[in-house]
Amino acid sequence: MGAVFKREFKSFFTSPVGYVLLAVMTCASGFFFFVFNIYSGIADLSYVFSNLFTVVLLILPILTMRLFSDEKRQKTDQALLTSPSSLTGIVLGKFFAALLMFVLSLVILLVFAVVIAFQVTPSWSVIIGNFLGLILVGGLVISIGLLISSLTESQLIAAIGTLGVSVALMMMDSLTTIFSNIPAVGTVVNFLSVSQKYTEFTSGILNYAYVIFFISMQALFIFLTVRVLDRKRWS
Amino acid sequence: MIEVKNLTKRYGSHLAVNDISFSVDEGEVVGFLGPNGAGKSTTMNILTGYLSASSGVAKINGFDILEKPNQAKASIGYLPEQPPLYLDMTVREYLDFMYDLKKCKLSRETHIAEICRLVKIEGVYGRLIKNLSKGYRQRVGLAQALIGNPPVLILDEPTVGLDPNQIIEIRSLIKNLGKHHTVILSSHILQEIEAVCDRIIIINQGNLVADDSAANLTRKYSSDRRILLRVAGGEEDVLGLLSRVPGVQNAVSLGEKEPGIYEYAVTPVEGQDVRREISTRLAARNWLIMGMRSMEMTLEDVFVSLTRENLSMARKNKKGGRA
Repeated sequence: MGAVFKREFKSFFTSPVGYVLLAVMTCASGFFFFVFNIYSGIADLSYVFSNLFTVVLLILPILTMRLFSDEKRQKTDQALLTSPSSLTGIVLGKFFAALLMFVLSLVILLVFAVVIAFQVTPSWSVIIGNFLGLILVGGLVISIGLLISSLTESQLIAAIGTLGVSVALMMMDSLTTIFSNIPAVGTVVNFLSVSQKYTEFTSGILNYAYVIFFISMQALFIFLTVRVLDRKRWS
Repeated sequence: MIEVKNLTKRYGSHLAVNDISFSVDEGEVVGFLGPNGAGKSTTMNILTGYLSASSGVAKINGFDILEKPNQAKASIGYLPEQPPLYLDMTVREYLDFMYDLKKCKLSRETHIAEICRLVKIEGVYGRLIKNLSKGYRQRVGLAQALIGNPPVLILDEPTVGLDPNQIIEIRSLIKNLGKHHTVILSSHILQEIEAVCDRIIIINQGNLVADDSAANLTRKYSSDRRILLRVAGGEEDVLGLLSRVPGVQNAVSLGEKEPGIYEYAVTPVEGQDVRREISTRLAARNWLIMGMRSMEMTLEDVFVSLTRENLSMARKNKKGGRA
């Protein structure tokens, strides 16, 4: 796991992907920070976080598109799969490398928090909750992207596929209002609604059920990725 | 060291490997020979755990590749058909990564330096793999297989893309490695297999058609030592004379090859040398021998006849099956 993690994390910086992610996240959050905090004179960072939700869903597919599809295209998966490392270790190595890259792109938000702290004492618990929420959402998108990139040899298809799922996750919220009066469907849609759960984090409520929801969804997609790679050996 | 029993691999309805069994002892260098698409790479991919067999058992160093994959894989150094190189890494970074990936316990610096010296890639150690030539990439692939000093080396067409000098170098390297490693290498270059391997396994259309040393193979399949003759003289007369020579089992004409010169294939009784007798008798009749050679089979002939035979057999079976 360690070797794959290290290589994968480094490779974000040997290609433009890592820099693009850092740049986009810094620009987007900087823009939101200016509009919602500096320009309107509000100390609450929650607006920045809740707006970043969309940006994260749209940018993360670029981070995950290459993870497994490129290995397959370059046939480097032969080195990985014939090495004495477990499949789970390989998949987790890639997952955590992408997650760390994503977390790194959020560091700029800490700077904003410190800037605010010079003026007023921010409610740190809310900020920590916001960070946690965003990292959980990011982790979910990364785990979905990981699965999709293990299904195809084409980075483009992996990126578009993941983007599709991301957009579906965003739209899930508007579906909850439509389906709210159909009992069974309403419950399912409500259960799957990511943005609704994320909104609770941004308002400073730490709901353990939601933390468990995100982590177990990530575990599910990581497990499915391992199964996809394992199944390929049998086909 | 390597034990393969009744290995079968199906891709849907296509039978890629059909019930192959063989074993390789410690220190042996075994060559996999077969035409393209014979199932060499598939067999190697199964041995290394990249693919799973549809049925059958493969054991490396005593570890079943399915039941104890990590121990089995730790005993293998594998160079696939296309070296698994990350193009955006330098040779140094890549070998470092493979060292970590293989959980190697040997001293990092000296081990990697030693391998680089062995495959002669010290000169490109700091360069990006993307900028290396095919020959160097192949060597980096070989270097990665050697990391961790695994007892078993599985090399899929290790000399593809190298220039003649490099091919000779790599062959002698493999021969040297064979002193301390068990090596399986595949190739469709017969000379290479003949030069490097102690034993040859010929695979055709997923079937194992021969498993023996090169010398034994040529001996076994050239048991009928026919003599080819070119004689200037009337076809019927010469043929009549040839078949009357003592020790000749039969003689057939192969037709007129040059004006007035016919070619004959003479099969002697086993163990008899009939060349002298034929010469004197033909000379007595003033029929001149324009050429005489014994048809000794090379490994190439064995290979061609084995793979062809198999092909026609398979076709026959297919036809029989349909009828």
